[in-house]
Amino acid sequence: MLLAVLSIFAGAALAPLLVRLFGRASGWVLGLLPLGVFAYFVRQWPHVTHGEPLRQTYQWVPSLDIPLSFYLDGLSLLFALLVTGIGTLIVVYAGAYLAHHDQLGRFYVQLFSFMGAMLGLVVADNVFLFFVFFELTSLASYLLIGFYHTEEESRRAARKALVVTGGGGLALLAGLVLLGEVAGTWEFSQMLDLGATVQEHPYYLAIFVLVCAGAFTKSAQFPFHFWLPAAMAGPTPVSAYLHSATMVKAGVFLLARLHPVLGGTTLWTGTLGVVGGFTMLMSAWLALRYTDLKQILAYTTVMVLGLLTMLLGIGTKTAIKAMVTFTVVHALYKGGLFMMAGSIDHETGTRDLLELGGLRGAMPWTMAGGVATGLSMAGLPPLFGFIGKEVTYEAALHAGTWGPLILGVSVLANAALVGSGLLVGLQPFLGEVKGAFTREPHEAPIGMWAGPLLLGGLGLAFGVYPAFIDHSLLQAARAGILQESAELHLALWHGFNTALMASLVTFALGFSIYAYWSGLRATGFMKGLGTLFGRGPGQVFEQGLYGTVRASHRLTRLVQNGRFRWYLFATFLAIFVLVGGGLFTSGSTVGFSIAEEVTYYEAGLAGLIVLAAGVAVRTHDRFVAILALSVGGYGVALIYLLFGAPDLAMTQFAVETLTLILLVIVIVHLPGIQGEEPIGVRLRDGLVALGCGALLTTIMSIIIRTPLDMEVSNYLSSRSYTEAEGHNIVNVILVDFRGLDTMGEITVLAIAAIGVYVLMRMPRQRTPALTTEASAGEKATSSEDGSSA
Amino acid sequence: MLYSLILRVAARVLVPLLLLFSLFMLLRGHNLPGGGFVGGLVAASAFVLYVLTAGVHESRSVLRVEAHTLLGVGLVCAYGTGVFAMVLGEPFLTSLWVDLHLPVLGHLHLGSTLLFDIGVMLVVIGTVLLMVFSVEDRLPGLAEE
Repeated sequence: MLLAVLSIFAGAALAPLLVRLFGRASGWVLGLLPLGVFAYFVRQWPHVTHGEPLRQTYQWVPSLDIPLSFYLDGLSLLFALLVTGIGTLIVVYAGAYLAHHDQLGRFYVQLFSFMGAMLGLVVADNVFLFFVFFELTSLASYLLIGFYHTEEESRRAARKALVVTGGGGLALLAGLVLLGEVAGTWEFSQMLDLGATVQEHPYYLAIFVLVCAGAFTKSAQFPFHFWLPAAMAGPTPVSAYLHSATMVKAGVFLLARLHPVLGGTTLWTGTLGVVGGFTMLMSAWLALRYTDLKQILAYTTVMVLGLLTMLLGIGTKTAIKAMVTFTVVHALYKGGLFMMAGSIDHETGTRDLLELGGLRGAMPWTMAGGVATGLSMAGLPPLFGFIGKEVTYEAALHAGTWGPLILGVSVLANAALVGSGLLVGLQPFLGEVKGAFTREPHEAPIGMWAGPLLLGGLGLAFGVYPAFIDHSLLQAARAGILQESAELHLALWHGFNTALMASLVTFALGFSIYAYWSGLRATGFMKGLGTLFGRGPGQVFEQGLYGTVRASHRLTRLVQNGRFRWYLFATFLAIFVLVGGGLFTSGSTVGFSIAEEVTYYEAGLAGLIVLAAGVAVRTHDRFVAILALSVGGYGVALIYLLFGAPDLAMTQFAVETLTLILLVIVIVHLPGIQGEEPIGVRLRDGLVALGCGALLTTIMSIIIRTPLDMEVSNYLSSRSYTEAEGHNIVNVILVDFRGLDTMGEITVLAIAAIGVYVLMRMPRQRTPALTTEASAGEKATSSEDGSSA
Repeated sequence: MLYSLILRVAARVLVPLLLLFSLFMLLRGHNLPGGGFVGGLVAASAFVLYVLTAGVHESRSVLRVEAHTLLGVGLVCAYGTGVFAMVLGEPFLTSLWVDLHLPVLGHLHLGSTLLFDIGVMLVVIGTVLLMVFSVEDRLPGLAEE
């Protein structure tokens, strides 16, 4: 499996070259790679579906005990087949869709990176490996949504997706670490039968909340659903692949994977049931508010994610059966419909339902695929979608006390889904051509209609003959989630039962929605729904983001106000408070002692330094102040020399000289010290200065009275020649014993020099970057209002 | 440029002497007071003296290389010393010593710490000169009038 995952990443690396070699045919060539990996997973089918999960381990970071371990059970196999199978179609589709885009190579790099990450995610066994892939999918998704990076809308959508899913990822990491600590293992496969241990542990609540935060953000559950419709700003192949068929299911996959460990509690059932159910109902109806094909499909995707989450929450055998079935149902029809929507957009120049119609003559093949997948989405027999809906109702009926409520909610949501399915799959092809298209409508190239047609055909095949997958793949997938195997059987006809009645009600409602759609859209209820749940959460997010930026801007203005005196004041006050506080609480006894003998030249030198400091304080001429400070500096250097530190003294002399010259070079450009600060300010500054001076004197006196610990000095002087072959301990420390410190210091020095260089080269003007960013945010928010109103 | 005859004449003598002295500082550093840092500061002072008497433009052409090149070469020397030890299988930055017997110079005890110290020296020179040059470029005043 390592090879399978790595080969996809290798494909990412080679993609630009292959695109250059094969040009417009590169989609077909590149499609061979995921097809091969798909074939590899098909070969694992017999073992895995017979209940023999595959486990492979390779060394990775042995020192941290993190192996590259993979685990392929029914659940992983189901997702791996979806990722590579649909991935193949998407690669071919994108080759045609972006044939004229000059960045096709870059697109494939990102798409294959995503595919590799997603594949790794579903087959990873190690928790950290899983997390790395989880984050990689977020990152790849960010790049792919922002593929049209010259457009602001794309960039904003990409950022929204990254912040939401990345934030959730951080929570997930914390949750997984806690989970691993509690379970005592970092392999998913070894956790699966530790459910009881984990659920009785006091950390269970924390683990549950954190894992849910990761899964709900990734799988766009309310109130985090807003990033997914926004992500439609990416190219359509991306929407078809990442934001319907695969990535957004990573959250659901995570919940399914951890179901044996975390699932089954009241907390689990209640949270997943309520959040999933609400997300499902809200977004199913919200989809009807929009006229853009991709927006409708995006909201119905959120609806299905809600449904899958709810079914995982219910957690009964029938519920999980419905969950695995609907996963396949949805991947088949949603991937196909997105590709169809992209083809229509590509060939007619619009994807607005109000402008589309009468395409049946111009685009017959696209229509065939669109109708097959659209009807599956609407859940009409004999398509696979019908079975998916039936088993959902069956699960609701077997859900115990809350069954009737779940059934009612499901019927309402599915009725809206019937409407959306017919609207998307049929409407563009029926009726007459409305108005003029910006392009003359014509059939898409084969690479663009083959995918939807194939997926539509599979939907039909699985519907008519579910035995292709029910007894094998779906059964193994359910066994993977529940950790107990049982027969799984699907059929189109279940006899006259309650589920069928519910289906009939659904159809009646759904067809009415389809018939009266334009009237329904305009009702106050739908408008309110659109404002409250469609635009609302996204706006709250944007406002929060810009609020944060503005607040940090204000804080920066306050702290970094550009007044040098203020910085000095703050720095010295902080030194005084922190060091003084430390000294005070440490309880050291403070006393002063004068060294026994003070020679006359030492006293003279000290007097000179004090005098120089006094002059520096009193003078009104900057030049005099700097000279006075230098006198003080040279005085200190002389003291070093007197007390036997020639290296230090030499350095001090040289530094003092150069600083003086640098300061003089700059100072000639500054005006003289003008006026005096008010007496209050001077008093305040004086107090801080005196305080710091007194503090340092006190500390020095304490240090002098403390017996000197010679251990380090002795160690260094004894080793200096024997180990570093030098007699000058100071230099040996600098270049040998503490060479790494010196290396860091010279690096900092170089960076500081480059900083000065850059500052001096910058044009002299106020940079308005932040204000334009903030105003751009407001502008874009208002344009968002306009477009969706 | 400072039109001081005394300074200019003094600089003409002092600059080569100071540069020589900086090399002396660098080489004796391992056993006697000195080293790359002080050596670098002395050499930088020499160049700054030259800047004050001959101006930035003239100094740049005398220096022949850009100040930031000195920074880069210095960092490469220092890091290279560390990496070189790794190439020989020793931990990063381990100092290595060789004894050379050369026909004219006689016995030479050379360590990789010298290369490291040269790196430090070059970074110090580069830092000071980059600062002086860029300030003078931006605010032509004292040295360029």
